[in-house]
Amino acid sequence: MNWDLITVSFVVGVLASAVRWATPILYAALGEVFTERAGILNLGLEGIMLMGALSGFVGAYNTGSLWVGLLIAALVGMAMGLLMAFVSVTAKANQVVAGLGITILGGGLSTLLFRLFFGLRTRPPTIKTFKVHSLPLLGDIPIVGEVLFKHNVMVYLIFILVGVAWMVLYRTRFGLALRAVGERPEAADTRGLNVTALRYIGLMIGGALAGLGGAYLPLADLGIFWTQMTAGRGFIAVAVVVFSRWDPVRALWGALVFGGAAALQTALQTLKAPIDSELLLMLPYIVTIIVLVGISRRAEFPGAFAVPYSRGEK
Amino acid sequence: MSTTTATPDRAARAPLNWRALWDNVYQAALALGLSLLVGGALLLVSGRDPIAAYRSLYYGAFGTTDRFTETLVKATPLLFVAVSVSLCFRAQVWNIGAEGQMILGAIFSTWVALHIKGLPTLPHLALTFVAGALGGALWSLIAGVLKAYLQANEVITTSMLNYIAVYLLAYLVRGPMMDPQGFNFPQSRLIPDELELPRLIARTRLNVSFIIALVAVVLALLFWRSTWGRRTEIVGASRRVAEHVGLSVPRTVLLVTALSGALAGIAGWGEIFGLHFRLIEEITRGFGTLGIVVALLGGLNPIGMTISAFLFAALVVGGNAMERNANVPFALVDVIQGCVILLVLSRAYLFKRASS
Repeated sequence: MNWDLITVSFVVGVLASAVRWATPILYAALGEVFTERAGILNLGLEGIMLMGALSGFVGAYNTGSLWVGLLIAALVGMAMGLLMAFVSVTAKANQVVAGLGITILGGGLSTLLFRLFFGLRTRPPTIKTFKVHSLPLLGDIPIVGEVLFKHNVMVYLIFILVGVAWMVLYRTRFGLALRAVGERPEAADTRGLNVTALRYIGLMIGGALAGLGGAYLPLADLGIFWTQMTAGRGFIAVAVVVFSRWDPVRALWGALVFGGAAALQTALQTLKAPIDSELLLMLPYIVTIIVLVGISRRAEFPGAFAVPYSRGEK
Repeated sequence: MSTTTATPDRAARAPLNWRALWDNVYQAALALGLSLLVGGALLLVSGRDPIAAYRSLYYGAFGTTDRFTETLVKATPLLFVAVSVSLCFRAQVWNIGAEGQMILGAIFSTWVALHIKGLPTLPHLALTFVAGALGGALWSLIAGVLKAYLQANEVITTSMLNYIAVYLLAYLVRGPMMDPQGFNFPQSRLIPDELELPRLIARTRLNVSFIIALVAVVLALLFWRSTWGRRTEIVGASRRVAEHVGLSVPRTVLLVTALSGALAGIAGWGEIFGLHFRLIEEITRGFGTLGIVVALLGGLNPIGMTISAFLFAALVVGGNAMERNANVPFALVDVIQGCVILLVLSRAYLFKRASS
């Protein structure tokens, strides 16, 4: 192992890369906080993220605008959330299996559409990604500035969204209504809240944010799309939400834990650690399991979690 | 967490209720038909000819005896995995880890074939079979134990274990188990010739593992009529009732995860000893996930699952032919799978609407 490489700037680089790894997971997790607060478990995040990645890429490729790509990704994600809402809220299907269906559909559809749009090519189509902007003043702070304030716009956007999500959930009537519907739908219904509509909205917010999270990969990070490029981030996001105990700010910390594991994995490869790269690649997934186990016994799920609501039935 | 509502299927409650089975069959057929229409519409919109695509899919799956035996070859792992998945799903344990369990079954059984020496052929083959089942069961039990005693969500743990298994396999075929004379290809040495499973029809790939898969289906039918099967059904119907009548929920969870892991492990064994004869990276080919779709379309009922395993095997074999001959991406088959799941899930609602 090459210890000499470990300098301050190397460590700073690893931490900054942890933030970048965490970002797409955090988009999806933040959306899932809204969904689960409304009482629905959406395990289809993986498929929605893939559709977001594909549609964001195609949108940006064809219009030349990354922002249009993001908009399309959010809309497509929302449509996938709507589909999940129909199956889980209206048809009252089992949410675990429905999420699995969404994941398989999203994986297949994104692969198929990519092939139909671009055909088979020897060199994959590419786009220019969002540029890195150092924030004025903040970016000049030693170490902290390097880690937190020298990123692309999607990273800054998620920081803001965490705050917005917290405000919406805890400081608005809508947030209160959403939580009531997830906690005690019967009581919410008697108070005149529309349980079905609120759950639809929860899933559409979740879908839109998962779509953005997926689009982060081609638009802000890699510049290309490939089949199954999310590689389990959707499932990791669900684990982050359990870890967060349905709180946007704690979801930020959770996503950073997984981002850290992923960044550590790449750092160890750079350092030529005496562990094979295939084994290092397991690290984020192993960390996910360990963290999930550590918190699951203490986790208090929303009262009506994953239970379809029917008026007048028990 | 409470996922006790919404049983996957009414037919699942009574394994041989013919009326329910019939309802199941025609609704599933309708779901499949609609999904094929969705796929066709997608092709049409993108300027391809859906009829030509589906024709090449059909001939690819059933056109010649050769193609048809290939459909049976693909149905084999799907049957194992579907039976595996149905055990867990009927107990409301959402094990989606068949991919990983197949891989571990393949790893364990190949290791036994390559490293245990001096045994007569039949006991040696039997030992590889047991090793495959054990590998799958142990991998599945990781998630089972975490669920039974620490309430860790099995959907997340099994999906994470799938990724870990993929990397473990990638590591082994490039490292400790790599074929030293394999020109650096990521693959293990070939298993001894005498351990290759006998072919059912000469010059095809159809082998004995297909028969074993059918036996697994029969055993599943028997399981649901045994005391253990009934206990599993009760735990699946309601955790509260199960505890009330003195059944141990954690122990049932462990039983079904172990059994289902073993079956998925045997699927991995069958792929190695029947088809590839060595450990390669593409051992599962997504059958671990496809088997879940097969199980759901079959209503978690052994007979229904057998029918749907053949249908999906035909889709896979035909889908490959379609990609070759009609230049339509195989991913179309994945889209059809996703649609099938969502339609099957929504059918109670959709059919109620249609009839009222």
